[in-house]
Amino acid sequence: MKPEVNGERCMRCGACVGTCPVNTIFLKEFTLEINDDCTECGMCVKVCPIDALYMGGD
Amino acid sequence: MDVKEGDVLNYDIVVVGGGPAGSTAARFAAKEGADVLVLEKRQEIGSPVRCAEGVSLSWLEELEIDNIDSSTSRTMKGAILYSPAGNKLKITERLAGDEVGVVLERDRFDKDMARLAVKEGADFMVKTSAVGLIKEDGVVKGVEARYLGKKFEVRADLVIGADGFESQVGRWAGIYDSLKPKDIMTCFQYRLTGVNMDPDFTHFYMGSSAPGGYVWAFPKDENTANVGLGLQFSRLKGEKTPKDYLDEFIENHDDYKDGEAVDMVAGAVAVTHPPEKAIAPGIILVGDASRVVDSMTGGGIVNSLKQGKIAGEFAAEAVREGKFDEEFLQKYEKRWRDELENKLWRNYMAKETAMQLDDITFDKIIDALSNIELETVTIGAILEGVKKKYPELVEEFQNMI
Repeated sequence: MKPEVNGERCMRCGACVGTCPVNTIFLKEFTLEINDDCTECGMCVKVCPIDALYMGGD
Repeated sequence: MDVKEGDVLNYDIVVVGGGPAGSTAARFAAKEGADVLVLEKRQEIGSPVRCAEGVSLSWLEELEIDNIDSSTSRTMKGAILYSPAGNKLKITERLAGDEVGVVLERDRFDKDMARLAVKEGADFMVKTSAVGLIKEDGVVKGVEARYLGKKFEVRADLVIGADGFESQVGRWAGIYDSLKPKDIMTCFQYRLTGVNMDPDFTHFYMGSSAPGGYVWAFPKDENTANVGLGLQFSRLKGEKTPKDYLDEFIENHDDYKDGEAVDMVAGAVAVTHPPEKAIAPGIILVGDASRVVDSMTGGGIVNSLKQGKIAGEFAAEAVREGKFDEEFLQKYEKRWRDELENKLWRNYMAKETAMQLDDITFDKIIDALSNIELETVTIGAILEGVKKKYPELVEEFQNMI
């Protein structure tokens, strides 16, 4: 499963966007969008300065 | 400016991103007679601030700026470096020369840079996102954009990507590879008020408080400072976030622990070597989008401004000549690299070594330096200073002296 965003934590800083190796995360007006070509590498989860992303469960 | 769904605007140059690099590129392109439009995706230029706001002042003249008084928060007398054991090294104004700096009001600063661009004739649109490149027969002809829910086109012969760390223009153009984990710094900062550090110096804390990076405190007034850290992505184990590291640092430092946060900032910076390319046909990159952040400090403003000027002047030249192919754009590559690349590489290599240092080594370095009279604060002078007391520490850096 691709990562999920905790909208209450996310500061929309773009750290995950610039880190994503396949450029599949986008900053939207109020949230982040992670597209389906996510490879589930987890780099965005790790780079997030404030723990706003987590790997989704099934 | 208002636009309707489906409108087509015509410019010579469209700049994606209204930060210091984009505004400066726009300013110099407009000054040389080009028609320029800057698109800023956020509703306010300069806000929210994603910056520690400390900057040197050695570049004003080169950038044709009289002064930045209106966007200066506080002028510094120098810097203090702290080793993990608490050894201190004070670098005063006399030593740092014109490298001494100020702490900015960055939101104000970005608007001032935009104002200078508008003065030269550049147009701006805020709350406007570039969403894709327009290509005809494989040639870039501008960008598709959205403004208040309306889709429109900006037709231009040259697209300047000034869209920062998360640059979309660079990725659309396929200009660079993804970053290596060791070359990404992930950052977190509070603006704390009610703190007690010396308000006339910037403060840098080395060592394991911020693995692979450092903690900074940049004073905004007598009792307020931006206190933040950047740490190396590849050192994150997944248990502690940058915020956790910063909270821990603050809790353990008497100067800061009674401060209250009035602001909080997150972000990431690429501390990587200069990119192989900052151009593609019809596209040039500038600022963070072209990865010109100084790897040792993580600072990007000054390099962005210098490169922005080069980009703007070049862009106007390209418009005059009507040439936007890769061969012509190589002129831009050469010009910005002549100005910035040596130092970018040198500081990248220095960072690669500095990131490996452990707390004991930082203690020794600061100890050695605090006992001698430094003549200047170049990397070379620092290494010479350390060599006198701990020659074995300097071996790895020998080639940089």
